[in-house]
Amino acid sequence: MSVEQRVKEIIMDELGVEEAAVVPGASFINDLGADSLATVELVMKFEDEFDIKIEEEDAEKITTVGSAIEFIKKQLGE
Amino acid sequence: MKRRVVVTGMGVFTQTGKNVEEFYDNLLNGVSGISRIERFDPSELSVQIAGEIKNYEAESYFERNEAKRLDRFTQYALIAAESAIKDSLLDLDTINRDKFAVITASGIGGMETWQSNHKILLEKGPRRVSPLFIPMMISDIAAGRISMKWNLKGPNFSVTSACASSGHAIGTAFRTIQYGDADYAICGGAEAVITDLAIAGFTNMKALSSRNDDPVHASRPFDKDRDGFVMGEGSGMLILEDYEHAVKRGARIYAELAGIGFSGDAKDIVAPDPEGDGAKRAMLAAVADAGIKPEDIDHINTHGTATPTGDYAETFGIKKAFGEHSYKIAINSTKSMTGHLLGAAGAVELIGTIKAVQTDTVHPTVNLDNPDLPVCDLDYTPHKFAKRTVRYAISNTFGFGGHNASILVKKFEG
Repeated sequence: MSVEQRVKEIIMDELGVEEAAVVPGASFINDLGADSLATVELVMKFEDEFDIKIEEEDAEKITTVGSAIEFIKKQLGE
Repeated sequence: MKRRVVVTGMGVFTQTGKNVEEFYDNLLNGVSGISRIERFDPSELSVQIAGEIKNYEAESYFERNEAKRLDRFTQYALIAAESAIKDSLLDLDTINRDKFAVITASGIGGMETWQSNHKILLEKGPRRVSPLFIPMMISDIAAGRISMKWNLKGPNFSVTSACASSGHAIGTAFRTIQYGDADYAICGGAEAVITDLAIAGFTNMKALSSRNDDPVHASRPFDKDRDGFVMGEGSGMLILEDYEHAVKRGARIYAELAGIGFSGDAKDIVAPDPEGDGAKRAMLAAVADAGIKPEDIDHINTHGTATPTGDYAETFGIKKAFGEHSYKIAINSTKSMTGHLLGAAGAVELIGTIKAVQTDTVHPTVNLDNPDLPVCDLDYTPHKFAKRTVRYAISNTFGFGGHNASILVKKFEG
């Protein structure tokens, strides 16, 4: 499964949203119904899934589906 | 001037009944909700029985994403609250929600959440502890969640006084309406601590019955072979309402709350005052608050946990409060069938008490085969329910720490 697809699956599972809503420009809080605690949980799931560490200042910038995919790909050297 | 307070809605969620009708039918028929624990393997524990809600699936009641953000105790609270609100037939869109109080109780709070996150801390480290750990675990979150679900904006908080918690919550809601700080209140308690850690803790206090081979006969209040209480779980919620508001909207009124009595033992961290003095003072304070005489009391739903010391203390307290009249009071223990719901006990037992007042039928104390004489010689309504006029009744709850709460119910007579 591609990084994009794995990120989408996590977001769908964590936030209980349909795949069609999980587009690159979608904001976790404004578009996908997350609150601040849910975004913290999302970042934890990304760390677990990809075995990476996301520092707090980076986590604050991961606010959309696209920014999550981009950051994770960079971490993985893709 | 104090206002009159009536009960216009009730909701219950326990193994003994998942709605008020089923709950009270089972109590009248002496149906026990106690069985072997199935939620986890209890074989390492010396106590393996509880009043566990069987086959509970959170997703039958909540969206999956909502459920995983709610500890089990809050789920139970929301389920019972929804039943109570529906039962009241209140049209929330037409009332002033700023005057709707939410006062809930839990003796312990989100124990399962606490345990699962502690396991994560030990196994994966602090970075993996859920950001939802605290807001799921804190015992007041049920009140907050209820207010959010139904947009209720009056006084909102939770009470903790161990096994007396929901007695104090309901009593405080009663005062809140009496003095006009709210016109409506949803109040009660929820508890869900059937976990290995909690059972181990209560077991090592020597508080629990270990009659694992015979669960339905394990909870034996006032019986000479009683050996401790049985853990229960669930929730009870009541809608209290200012009398004038209730009458104006044509509400169905179950009963009137007429008085409350709170007291402290100032004796021991877990044992009740052996003389029952705190219990006596709570009951008499409720009688005085209602402006009636001790001889007016027809029925007492006891705390009646089936611990050796607790049942003695409460019996002494009743005798000291009511003297010779004690022998004319129909007494019972709901815990003989439900087990002990800790911070939810006062609420579910008050629902039983209100049904007694409403229907003039007192449910039995089951398993009372041999009353523990000479002390336990009152009329505890053994085995079979009793038909008798119940105009005034008291529901008792007492908690570790020496907290006592008595709630006095009066038949609604217009």
